[in-house]
Amino acid sequence: MSEPLVQVDGLTRRFDISKPWLNRVLERQSRQFLTANADVSFSIKKGETFALVGESGSGKSTIAKMIVGLLAPSAGHIRFDGQEMDFASGADMRALRRRFQMIFQDPFASLNPRWRVRDIVAEPIVTFGLLQGSEITREVDRLLEVVGLSATDAAKFPHEFSGGQRQRIAIARALSSKPEFIVCDEPTSALDVSVQAQILNLMRDLQDEFGLTYLLISHDLSVVRHMANCIGVLYLGRLVEVADAKRLFLEPQHPYTRMLLDAVPDLALSGRRRKPVLGEIPNPIDPPSGCAFHPRCPMAADICTAETPLPRVTPTGQAACHFAGQVGEVA
Amino acid sequence: MSTETQSRFARVWDSDIMWSFRHSPVAIVAGVVVALIALAAIFAPWIAPTNPYDPSQLNLMDGFTPPMEPNAFTGNSYILGTDNQGRDVLSTILYGTRISLFVGISAVLFAMLLGITAGLIAGYRGGWVDGLLMRIADVQLSFPSILIALLIFGVARGLIPPAYRETMAIWVLIVAIGLSDWVQFARVVRGATMVEKSKEYVQAARVVGAHPAKILIKHILPNVMGPVLVIGTIGLALAIIAEATLSFLGVGVPPTQPSLGTLIRIGQQYLFSGEWWILLFPSIALLALALSVNLLGDWLRDALNPRLR
Amino acid sequence: MTGGDMQEPLLTVRDLVVEFPMRRGTLRALDQVSFDIAPGEVLGMVGESGAGKSLTGASIIGLLEPPGRIAGGEIRLRGERIDNLPPEAMRRIRGRRIGMVFQDPLTSLNPLYTVAQQLIQTIRTHMDVSEAEARKRAVALLDRVGIPAAARRIDDYPHHFSGGMRQRVVIALALCAEPELVIADEPTTALDVSVQAQIIDVLKEICAERGASVMLITHDMGVIAETADRVAVLYAGRVAEIGPVRDVIQHARHPYTRGLMGAIPTLEQTSDRLVQIPGAMPRLNAIPKGCAFNPRCEQVFERCYSERPSLRQAAPNHQVACWLTEEGSA
Repeated sequence: MSEPLVQVDGLTRRFDISKPWLNRVLERQSRQFLTANADVSFSIKKGETFALVGESGSGKSTIAKMIVGLLAPSAGHIRFDGQEMDFASGADMRALRRRFQMIFQDPFASLNPRWRVRDIVAEPIVTFGLLQGSEITREVDRLLEVVGLSATDAAKFPHEFSGGQRQRIAIARALSSKPEFIVCDEPTSALDVSVQAQILNLMRDLQDEFGLTYLLISHDLSVVRHMANCIGVLYLGRLVEVADAKRLFLEPQHPYTRMLLDAVPDLALSGRRRKPVLGEIPNPIDPPSGCAFHPRCPMAADICTAETPLPRVTPTGQAACHFAGQVGEVA
Repeated sequence: MSTETQSRFARVWDSDIMWSFRHSPVAIVAGVVVALIALAAIFAPWIAPTNPYDPSQLNLMDGFTPPMEPNAFTGNSYILGTDNQGRDVLSTILYGTRISLFVGISAVLFAMLLGITAGLIAGYRGGWVDGLLMRIADVQLSFPSILIALLIFGVARGLIPPAYRETMAIWVLIVAIGLSDWVQFARVVRGATMVEKSKEYVQAARVVGAHPAKILIKHILPNVMGPVLVIGTIGLALAIIAEATLSFLGVGVPPTQPSLGTLIRIGQQYLFSGEWWILLFPSIALLALALSVNLLGDWLRDALNPRLR
Repeated sequence: MTGGDMQEPLLTVRDLVVEFPMRRGTLRALDQVSFDIAPGEVLGMVGESGAGKSLTGASIIGLLEPPGRIAGGEIRLRGERIDNLPPEAMRRIRGRRIGMVFQDPLTSLNPLYTVAQQLIQTIRTHMDVSEAEARKRAVALLDRVGIPAAARRIDDYPHHFSGGMRQRVVIALALCAEPELVIADEPTTALDVSVQAQIIDVLKEICAERGASVMLITHDMGVIAETADRVAVLYAGRVAEIGPVRDVIQHARHPYTRGLMGAIPTLEQTSDRLVQIPGAMPRLNAIPKGCAFNPRCEQVFERCYSERPSLRQAAPNHQVACWLTEEGSA
């Protein structure tokens, strides 16, 4: 149970955001790059849920896209069940591709509006050539029932469904190639809370039933708290903290994690005052020197502006902070 | 089975697009005019009083008969009169519309095929492929399309042996108009493709490793067809006019198989000598056809635009 | 009608009905919505997408998008009806007496004008002050909403500001004519968590300072919990429950509100499964007879299918539209 299914090592992605060549020459500008992710490493154990949390510009979706091959990494490696993922080699990847899937954020954009539900759910089956003819129909009907829809829905078009039902269809599609690993990119952030609860519960049920491994991308700490075994916190493309889910919320090791926790609204009206956070997320094109968090950090010292902190081992996991371990408990 | 087809008909009849059609008087009138002209053109051999392509049916003595009047020599009477060669104007219009519509539709389909292919590839591939295709399009757009059609027509005539020129003329015309008109399809499809390809349903297909050709044809193409149909309809009106213009300039279809443009060219030679009907009736037919198709295109654009609904 | 201890309300909405005539029949998007906002009070309006919370805001400020129209009920601002005013009179109330903050700051700010131009113009449209005086007020206001170096930054264009700063500018713009009521429609939804708290605090403090009431429209119960005095829960265009925030959150009486509260994952909770309400909110063309929540309610009984419950007093200041409450307290 505890060997890693997915290992990410030194994953880095730069985007070339330079102006076109002619403009660069005329305006005497050099090429410009945006580093969406720098040196991100983590591993996901079989049957567990690893969550990546971060605010906008943290590069969490970029990591998801690199893992499923929608984007090529600029540097670094992704290993799946011990095998190196190399999306350039078509034939070798085919067998690997069947074993992972993705669920997207926007259920209104993730289903082709011109396709019937039957064809949408069957697409991975057909692409991998897993089943033929009437077997496909039977499998689609079964999958729709697994995700809480009915077989009669197969003949309908996506626009006939609500947001939550569409997300169920997307989940049925993801399950149809019988994957072991599913990347869930903000799977509920477009949904209303009552529907979000249905989808999160469904995801957990499916995990138990099929032994799935999840990578959950989210900006919502409460959702992550509810779903994850292990959590990685991203800030401006770097992993600032990785920790066991339960302990992260009790003993944050990085000041940014601490700040995020403080910013979560207090729904229980326990009197915990949400602490307004200093400043805003810097522009990722021109990130601060040293530790990218230092302009907003209450603990920042000289070393923070000069040196980028390397991840160090903490009691709960690891944190990339010069003062890791001195952050203190949540009040 | 019959309930199935009936419900399908009911569904189409009740769809948003049909509802919009039923509530637009302009669209209904334009649609009826187009349908009548198209039917008349298709069934021309059965409804036309004479066959203007058949020299044996022609009598030069019938030439220049005014509408609704008996000919001074033969006593024959024609509803819309006859032209210089004694051809019945009504029949030549019916047959001419046939050619105009055939050339127009074929040219638009050809332009669509080229434009959609180029647009899909440019929009999906991006990078230098996109740059190259769109620069070609830009260059072409900086010339009037009729000039390009003339150029292509000229080159083609130079390449085709004289013996085949007459029979090939109509195909050359289609290629010339189509080549001069693909750019707008390519641009619209490219833009729509760039929007669609970033949508998550395309990413979902890429995650399972679907082939790019399959993604383009089965996923993206159906979702970019809306705007293509709109410019296709408006493009049809333009293609019909382009054909008429080329034929009017004398580089289109041969006078033995006159299209509406050819008829107008013949007619304008006699306008000032008093034989007005040879020019007027084909012109009205061309105007009615082009205007109705254009109005249909305008309606379709509004009906498919969710913001105007 | 409502809590007896309340002073004369600032805003009164009574039996508001908003309809959209569509080709397949008229859709009733708001159905007899009633509530009050007292002077200085923050009323939260919460509901899922399509519940009608934004429509309520749009109806109050007279910005319903056609073909939507007010088909019944009335809206009163300090006792004076404003739902049937001619557009010109409504325009004078908007901005002057009712300020607005929307989800996307870019819809409230004109990208072609500097922040100074927009603020000064708004101030001078509604108040008889000189250009210099208006500018002084604008700078003070920007400073108050937390724009650093306000005197210099006021001459920047909206795109020079970050998302959070832009929303601060919008708050300044909404408050610059000293309105009595601010309608904030999802003011923090587009912002990151770490910035949300800042904006909520600014909005809350500055309105309290000026005695402006706030109608805070959001889908986020957490924001309501921290900000609002009272909360109205909307479901399928109807008010399901309305009462003091603490009561509604801790002792929700409507089964929908209870389900909603259980469905929200929190940092504190430890259970493995979230409470889930089965199904989804009905579409406007398929709202069931009787109580709109009846297909999803676990405690449904006969009466819920035949008769629509109206708002009844369940506790002081706390009203619920549910037959259970009615029977329980009667």
